[in-house]
Amino acid sequence: MQPADLSAIDLVAAVRQGDLSAVQCTEAFLNRIQYCNGAINAFLNVDRAGALACAESIDVRRRSGQPLGPLAGLPVAVKDALCTADLPTTAASKMLENFRPPYDAFVVSRLRQADAVIVGKTNMDEFAMGGSNENSAFGPVHNPWDFSRAPGGSSGGSAACVAADMTPVAIGSDTGGSIRQPAGLCGITGLKPTYGRVSRRGLIAFASSLDQIGPMARSAADCALVLETIAGHDPGDSTSLTDAVPRYTSLLEQPLAGVRVGRVPEHFAAGLDPEVAKGVEEAFAVLKAAGATVHDIAMPHAKYGVATYYLVAPCEASSNLARYDGAHYGHRASAKPSSAFESPLIEMYCRSRAEGFGPEVKRRIMLGTYALSSGYYDAYYAKALKVRRLIRQDYLDAFEHVDLIGGPVSATPAFKLGEKTGDPLAMYLVDLYTVSTNLAGVGGISFPCGFTKSGLPIGFQLQAPALGEPLLLRASDRFQRLTDWHLRRPPNLTALCTPKG
Amino acid sequence: MTLSQQEVAKVAALARLALFDHELATMTSELSNIVGFVSLLEELDTTNVDPLAHPLDAENVFRDDVPSPSLSTAEALQSAPRHDGQYFLVPAVLGESGAA
Repeated sequence: MQPADLSAIDLVAAVRQGDLSAVQCTEAFLNRIQYCNGAINAFLNVDRAGALACAESIDVRRRSGQPLGPLAGLPVAVKDALCTADLPTTAASKMLENFRPPYDAFVVSRLRQADAVIVGKTNMDEFAMGGSNENSAFGPVHNPWDFSRAPGGSSGGSAACVAADMTPVAIGSDTGGSIRQPAGLCGITGLKPTYGRVSRRGLIAFASSLDQIGPMARSAADCALVLETIAGHDPGDSTSLTDAVPRYTSLLEQPLAGVRVGRVPEHFAAGLDPEVAKGVEEAFAVLKAAGATVHDIAMPHAKYGVATYYLVAPCEASSNLARYDGAHYGHRASAKPSSAFESPLIEMYCRSRAEGFGPEVKRRIMLGTYALSSGYYDAYYAKALKVRRLIRQDYLDAFEHVDLIGGPVSATPAFKLGEKTGDPLAMYLVDLYTVSTNLAGVGGISFPCGFTKSGLPIGFQLQAPALGEPLLLRASDRFQRLTDWHLRRPPNLTALCTPKG
Repeated sequence: MTLSQQEVAKVAALARLALFDHELATMTSELSNIVGFVSLLEELDTTNVDPLAHPLDAENVFRDDVPSPSLSTAEALQSAPRHDGQYFLVPAVLGESGAA
């Protein structure tokens, strides 16, 4: 059996028992990356030498009987939005092309302490702004199910990486759907935990009241394994929650009898692809077969989610991205004499930012700056915060009646590369089903629930109240015990990939 | 909702973002579209609704003000575009652009 055929849970067990060495395991995935990544572009940086050295040290410790961490030998790919002290961290932006972080993100430290093997950094939309991975300054990611299609975004590299078996698990971040939507479009499982469940220290900030890091993997059980390692309080992120972290993998067994799942009829309005609608309805049927009950519920402010998000997120982004000033780190433009600026320093700021940021990042900085500017603050930013409360109240009301909310994760299967790049607003609307989760701060998970006739994955989303990760993972795991959609692999991938180097 | 190029240029200056002339026209039309879309929120009456800035109603977190190790000067400077080993170096803060 090849390492890629094993779940993360089984890989870790195989390494611990000595059936597989960490080096063998790491080499198998590194070889897969070398073979596939040229065609898919999921990685911005692969650390072959560092990964093998890490694996070797794990094998040495195992042979000498020393204790190993809970993820010993597990190859992990990390979204390039998380700082790694030993690897460049670019957020897929020219701005940070030469940036070397002085410290590891909290999550990266936790992975290292758990003896996971970090194999590289994955491609993404620049500064996590986008829904297709086409906003990367280093080229788009190709969806392993159809290279002419987008993998979704912004964690498109992490999703494609797992879908193509280049690593068993990957780390993503989700500000408005950036874990769940690419997981859905690539046929894998992706969890956005409750806001604050995982520390954001060392995550390159996009929108700080929405950003959350989470695991992406083949299955919900593998997500549970990674989450119990990366979740928990961190004094370095004062918004990280102090609640105890459950052993998620030990909470999967309880059946779903009596679990109430909400279904929002408006989710099935015009605009939802008929094949996606069919797959999602069938997923509800699977949950019923597992003992859950399904209830129609109202989310009266759902239609305002995208508009609210595209005020709150750009406002926070315009503030967060003010730090890229060409002075402390990141791109600095060379001076060009011009009378258009107040001073040489201002000129340096303005030119460095103009050269370093891509078009979508500029649009969001501009939108946020506009909505926060004098005379517009109340009409846009303050208004959006009020609607945000109404949206959260919808969730609080819904969770009085149901334990989970199910539905589509995106309105269509993976779309063509280039299909939406000319129309920023059309790209924003792909976030329709995912942004409200972040506005409300609750958790959500997506996993495959079928395929279209043309062979593209269809994603199903579940959302739970704050700290409802045990139920999210249990329901998804139960679904995956009754179906095999999550075990499907992109056909002919090996033949389609041209080996590189 | 239509923004003028003059308004967009002012926002670009606030954001410390140099826009080229061809970008200004595109940005103006794209921002107008997006602002038009988000104006959907106007139809909601939010008179008695409190703004929600943080999803979980977090409270301020305090800690004792105790010195602890932090980044060394060398680490802090390691990705600086220009430095002299002690300080970040930047162009002149005062004076006309191009004059320095």
